[in-house]
Amino acid sequence: MTPLLSVLDLRVGFGRNPQANEVVRGVSFDVADGETLAIVGESGSGKSVTALSINRLVDFGGGRITGGSMKLKRADGTIFELATATEPQLTGIRGAEIGMIFQEPMTSLNPVLTIGTQIEESFRLHRGLTGRQATAAARDALDRVRIPDAARRLKYTPNQLSGGMLQRVMIAIALACNPRLLIADEPTTALDVTVQAQIMALLAELKRESGMSMIFITHDIGLVAGIADKVMVMQNGEAVEHGELNQILDSPQHPYTQHLLQDVPHFASGRATRADGLRDKGANTQPALKVDGLVVRFPLKSSFFSRATGAVHAVDGVDFDLMQGETLAIVGESGSGKSTTAKAVLGLVRSTRGNFSVASRMASAERSAKPVQMVFQNPYASLNPRLTIESILAEPVIATGGRVDAQTRARMASLLERVGLPKNSLERYPHEFSGGQRQRLCIARALMLNPSVVVLDEAVSALDVSVQAKVLELLVDLQREFGLAYLFISHDMAVVERIAHRIAVIYAGQIVEIGDAQSVLSKPRHSYTKKLISAVPAIDRRHEHFEIDTRQVPSLVRPQGYEPAPAKWEKFGADHKVRMET
Amino acid sequence: MRILRAVFRHGSGRIGGGIVCVYLLLAILGLLGLTPHNPITQYRIDRLHAPSAGYWMGTDLFGRDVASRLMAGIGQSFTVAFFSVAFATLAGTVLGLAAAWLGRRWDGVVMRVMDVLLAFPAILLALLIVTVAGPGTWTSVVAIGIVYTPIFTRVVRGPALSLKTREFVDAARTFGSSSSYIVTRHLLLNLVAPLTVQVTLALAWALLTEAGLSFLGLGTQPPAASLGLMLSDSRNLMETAPWLMIFPGLAIMISILGFNLLGDALRDILDPKMRRALA
Repeated sequence: MTPLLSVLDLRVGFGRNPQANEVVRGVSFDVADGETLAIVGESGSGKSVTALSINRLVDFGGGRITGGSMKLKRADGTIFELATATEPQLTGIRGAEIGMIFQEPMTSLNPVLTIGTQIEESFRLHRGLTGRQATAAARDALDRVRIPDAARRLKYTPNQLSGGMLQRVMIAIALACNPRLLIADEPTTALDVTVQAQIMALLAELKRESGMSMIFITHDIGLVAGIADKVMVMQNGEAVEHGELNQILDSPQHPYTQHLLQDVPHFASGRATRADGLRDKGANTQPALKVDGLVVRFPLKSSFFSRATGAVHAVDGVDFDLMQGETLAIVGESGSGKSTTAKAVLGLVRSTRGNFSVASRMASAERSAKPVQMVFQNPYASLNPRLTIESILAEPVIATGGRVDAQTRARMASLLERVGLPKNSLERYPHEFSGGQRQRLCIARALMLNPSVVVLDEAVSALDVSVQAKVLELLVDLQREFGLAYLFISHDMAVVERIAHRIAVIYAGQIVEIGDAQSVLSKPRHSYTKKLISAVPAIDRRHEHFEIDTRQVPSLVRPQGYEPAPAKWEKFGADHKVRMET
Repeated sequence: MRILRAVFRHGSGRIGGGIVCVYLLLAILGLLGLTPHNPITQYRIDRLHAPSAGYWMGTDLFGRDVASRLMAGIGQSFTVAFFSVAFATLAGTVLGLAAAWLGRRWDGVVMRVMDVLLAFPAILLALLIVTVAGPGTWTSVVAIGIVYTPIFTRVVRGPALSLKTREFVDAARTFGSSSSYIVTRHLLLNLVAPLTVQVTLALAWALLTEAGLSFLGLGTQPPAASLGLMLSDSRNLMETAPWLMIFPGLAIMISILGFNLLGDALRDILDPKMRRALA
């Protein structure tokens, strides 16, 4: 039987001389009817370009197909060559036979049109439906992707829906004409883990219902476990390994696949937590950072009289302490208040109430002028592109009234060496470094003032998975060497597992569970923690079935004067407590 | 240096840069008085002499050498344009940064004042200021400077507002960097590119405005030469002595073309997204 899609020796190049700048170099694969192929690779591996070449969207990005063939079996059984098709022919194929969903649902939809209009467009173009028929079809499409209350939601504009809901809308649009092939380009990367789990479950169910084929592109090999039949691993524009799912996951042959499976942080339900630097029960030392009843509220004003009508309770009574040499991870989803907590500790956001005390480093003779430092999520945005590395590293010193003297230069050089950057880095500019190297620079900058606490706000989230592992390793080494306390903000359970000694789970501005990492990850007690952990894709849980849970994060907007009920805690073990659920 | 080389490699940059360089040379010669003849000496016997070997661009009604007056005029016009744009750049950058950085009330007040200034057509506002302050070279400088300040304020404020929320500014705050350090190193340094482009384009507008003011008799005062003044003097002699109008007219047109081409080239070169494509 001929496969639905048969790609042979596909080559794609960019620029004026596509032959010389090939990004995809001879990739071949087949997708049979009803089969899901996952393409796994890091950024720059050519996985997205491969996918975009199939429906020839790559042409709009300046790409040229320089060789190979892509044969699509059309609905009527004829074979269609995509590699040489003309643009008018392709317009008939896109949407009708090949659907596509993108990474960013927030930017893939037109913000000024209602989602109903945008879904109807697909029916109008490919099926010629108009008016009431199109509306009815759109409502059915939304029902199909399990959006509750579909009829009313059709009139919403994209800003009224959450990221997960928008991705469902995107899927509804992509599936509007029952395409037989769906290309999903990192469809869940921009979403929270629990939402990711829902979208994955939805895709799996839709695939079962409709029998369509799917090409699923991801950088997270843990994610493919739940959905793929076959896996193709790409590196530098070539397919390094290609085979059945179980075969690839259980006995990878190529060293790169082995590296992806073993060296990269994968979630292991608390079995990979750190064994070093745990709290010494007997010692009664001062915490490096103590946060007591932190509250951050943003008042909401009615437009005319600037009278406060309520407040967004971004952080609502958070307490924790952090010992020297210890990592406390704050995990939660977007909007849970974890970043606001970090910013309040640093003074970037003014806290409404609460105390925090930072113990200055006792043992060290030199006391730091700024004991709390921060490393930001995006290494591309947190370094000024117009300054040399020397100026960037000198900034904290200048800011605290120091001078760039021989001593400062010596410290710069030693820190650069310590974070693993070449000696000649000082005269260079940020754009000359890769993402991982820039994050190392940010770490070096944070350490310039010899801090006792470093706040790491999603510090490895923007990095490629294999770079993540190396930066985490560096962070652990630095922690041991300098006795640093880390406040590690993250949504990624696999990363948290590698670096945290203790974990605080934050939900709707409040800590719902806090305790030692091993205990929290292996025996979660709070229903939200359980949900969060069960949503993490994991290779060893690939046969478990995901359930669709449409519970939304509650609104954090509270009426004026609202105070949350005081927390009641239930203790499990020596260092593990859970907020009682009401 | 890198930018100069890139300008030279860029097609329209080469032409624009060349034109601007020639004008600069003419302006310097004109200002230093190194002209073929004295621009204000009247050669009575050679009045309205057509262009010839002795008078390359002919002479005017008073027998003054047009070529020499043109060079002196370019020198005069460039001086006014240069100082007025310097004024506008300085004032606009300070106001724009203040509006963006201080925000709230400051932003509101500064930007509304700028909106009022922008609401007037450039030449009308310049006329108004010159009429109040009295004509002369330095009043022209201030008048044209004030007219173009709002444009620089806007050019600075927009990007400064977005730079202010960038992570590297947040990072600088976590080290405890002072506001002045953040504004100069993190905001201003990143504004150099858009400002350079704006300065080049503003020079062209300022030249035109200066010519307009002089044409209306409110800029450079006779007997000193200026491009606008020369055009104004030629009005009644258009048919008998067309060279009186053609040469200053061409001089204005080509200078503005040159600055615009250079500005376009700089915009391409300084845009980081374009940089790779050109390299």
